Amino acid sequence: MQTGQQRKERIDRGIRIRSDGLYALMSWRELSYLTLPRLALIAGMLTLPLVLPGMYWQRVVSIACIYALLALSFDFLAHFVGLVCLGGAFFVGTGGYLAAILNTSFGLPPVMTIPLATVLGAALCTLLLLPCLPLRGVYFAIVSLMYPLFAMRVIEALNIFGGTDGILGIDSFSSRWTEQYAVIGATLLFLFGTRRLVNMDIGLVLRGVKDNDQAIRASGMNITRYKTLAVFIASAMGCMGGAFLVHIYMWSGISQFALDFSILPIAATVIGGSGTLAGAVIGCLILVPISELLRDFGTLRIVFYAVILMGFIVFRSEGLLVYGQRKYHQFERWTTRL
Amino acid sequence: MTPEPILQVKNITKAFGGIQALNGVSFDVYEGEILGIIGPNGSGKTTVVNCITGFIRKTAGEVFFRGKDISRKPPHKIADMGITRTFQIMRPYFTLPAYKNLVIPLFSPRAKRTGGWRGGGKLGDRKTVGIDILEEIGFERDSFVPYKLASSLPTGYLKRLELARCLALKPDIIFCDEIFSGLSMSEISSMVPLIERLQMDGITLVMIEHRLRELFRVANRVMVLNFGEKLMEGTAAAVMADEAVKKAYFGSEKIEELIGDVNG
Repeated sequence: MQTGQQRKERIDRGIRIRSDGLYALMSWRELSYLTLPRLALIAGMLTLPLVLPGMYWQRVVSIACIYALLALSFDFLAHFVGLVCLGGAFFVGTGGYLAAILNTSFGLPPVMTIPLATVLGAALCTLLLLPCLPLRGVYFAIVSLMYPLFAMRVIEALNIFGGTDGILGIDSFSSRWTEQYAVIGATLLFLFGTRRLVNMDIGLVLRGVKDNDQAIRASGMNITRYKTLAVFIASAMGCMGGAFLVHIYMWSGISQFALDFSILPIAATVIGGSGTLAGAVIGCLILVPISELLRDFGTLRIVFYAVILMGFIVFRSEGLLVYGQRKYHQFERWTTRL
Repeated sequence: MTPEPILQVKNITKAFGGIQALNGVSFDVYEGEILGIIGPNGSGKTTVVNCITGFIRKTAGEVFFRGKDISRKPPHKIADMGITRTFQIMRPYFTLPAYKNLVIPLFSPRAKRTGGWRGGGKLGDRKTVGIDILEEIGFERDSFVPYKLASSLPTGYLKRLELARCLALKPDIIFCDEIFSGLSMSEISSMVPLIERLQMDGITLVMIEHRLRELFRVANRVMVLNFGEKLMEGTAAAVMADEAVKKAYFGSEKIEELIGDVNG
């Protein structure tokens, strides 16, 4: 007799099936099954500034949250609308410069400049990206990558907005606690906001644009309109990140158009789990501190960084959160197939 | 049959580079009828649909819907006027469950105006309306089928889903691009009454088909295309009897064999 092959069997937990529809929640146990992971994330992020030693690491958390906003924007556009956008740096730069100008030239406080830069910056980015919206997939990626490079060179060549020196003397936040909780609050708000959005009826239309834009047109809807809306939402997240950044650094310069802001969020999304939104945030909270820890190694840190990334892509290409979700929702056991 | 056609197609011509896909095709569609379009492979059947529904731009020619020129309108405007289509290669939203597939067309301006299929101008909760439409089109309401991911549905259900997506808009005309192909005999035999019911509901259907036996059972008139030109137009019996059609389409005298017992 030949023994059968061993294989792993995955079975959904009963509680998972029942909790798919909220009406089926019968007990506190089932309710906590759904809410605990979410509460853990919120509580974890809110307590981070309290438990971390010193200002340095608190600042790292702020920067990680700014990257998280960008990663959310990337994940939302790429996995729910089908636009692979490498223009994260363009969003940061636009939002950053707008906040800087509003603050230094018009004397508005950060409370005003950040929301204004978010909305105006998103409108500006959307307007400029409008001609590229008919493009799909990798073509949109290539064109959107050009935008930050283009903006950087324009500022440099025309010597506007302080040229290569940038804009100096921007107000900082009133205290480091305001800074921390403003950034963390905005990240959580956008995280749960986009999660809600993609499950609403209009979110389903956006996901339809990704799956099959021809069918959307055959249903009597203008795809460009929905893509415009999605780009506005995504660039609003990026612009808000940029506005936070200039108030944290008290300086705005062409390095805000640096490609780091386009690339790192993508790496974080891959590590955290693409298409999960929360995974993008978690990925940033892991990657940004790692990149800080590796700073001691000087230029060698890029090598370490690349090795970590490659390891993830080869061994856990699904991403941390997708892996975690599977373990949380399913039993796994070895069975013998005869 | 009303003398005034709901859709007038005049001399549409389409060239893909040097290839003349359509060469001056004209025909009328009357309100409430089922018009079949047949023809050998590559004769331009799907191109006709693509040209009328605006998915590809015509080289020349005009299309009038209820007397209005829709020749230069984009596809979503044409769909908004009530001319919908299914796709030959089925295009559901694969990552969504079947009933959420219908939430998307129900979100369109036309569905909001009309309330969707059977809707009396007022649209309820889109998910509920979606499941209602799926039930009418043959998804078992109390089973798991409407809640399954579209990617896991078999072909028969996907074809119905395509039709349901059109119905969600409460259309005036549906262009069905090979809705019978790839289905088993039992699936077809349940699809035919569905088509007849849509006609009774007052929806005009234009059906492109290769399954002639089933098409001839439901179609009021049949148009034959060959090499991008209209060969003839007439009742099923007239088309079957026509010598030129036999030659172009079937290449032999085997038409009676292919059609089989269409008349009884």
